[in-house]
Amino acid sequence: MATRVETTATNVTAKPALFSLALLAGWLVPGLGHVQAKRPIRGAILFVTITLMFVLGLLMQGKLYVADPGDLLEMLGFVGDLGTGLLYLAARFADLGHGAVQVATADYGTKFIVVAGLLNFIAAIDAHNLRIGRKL
Amino acid sequence: MAAYAPSHFTAVLLFATFASIVFGITQRSAPKAMFRYGVYCWVLFVFSVIAGSWVMYFIKH
Repeated sequence: MATRVETTATNVTAKPALFSLALLAGWLVPGLGHVQAKRPIRGAILFVTITLMFVLGLLMQGKLYVADPGDLLEMLGFVGDLGTGLLYLAARFADLGHGAVQVATADYGTKFIVVAGLLNFIAAIDAHNLRIGRKL
Repeated sequence: MAAYAPSHFTAVLLFATFASIVFGITQRSAPKAMFRYGVYCWVLFVFSVIAGSWVMYFIKH
């Protein structure tokens, strides 16, 4: 005797979304993407870590790069800095990050700011992967 | 704005700590694995700097 089994059709070939709100939120505010992806503790740790790195970079009198299409290194630094999202815009608005060449640790500060931005890019992409289910 | 001027080694420790925390959270899924990977990255950061410093010392002397 044959029995009929009904199953729901699933689209196994569906491609994951290229963009999610978590990606944008995570870029604008460090850790917010993880909060949006329902990982608030990870989000809080990332927020504290990346913000502290950015602020310490500024306190070390690091330099904030600005967009200068004529200078490739300046543009690369700008892209890195821009990774911190609203932190970068707030610091620029507050007229911070002019750099101080006479202070030995100012160059470290500049690197702290750039790396904070790059780490935030990684965190935002991680939030995106969590949101679309690519990562658990 | 108040200035902060850490020593070179303190800057290394801070850098390694921040980067390792983010690497741990983003590159692993389970909390225990995150912690272990973060510690692994931190040790690699710090000890590679110490090793590199000794290499530079012997090159100079």
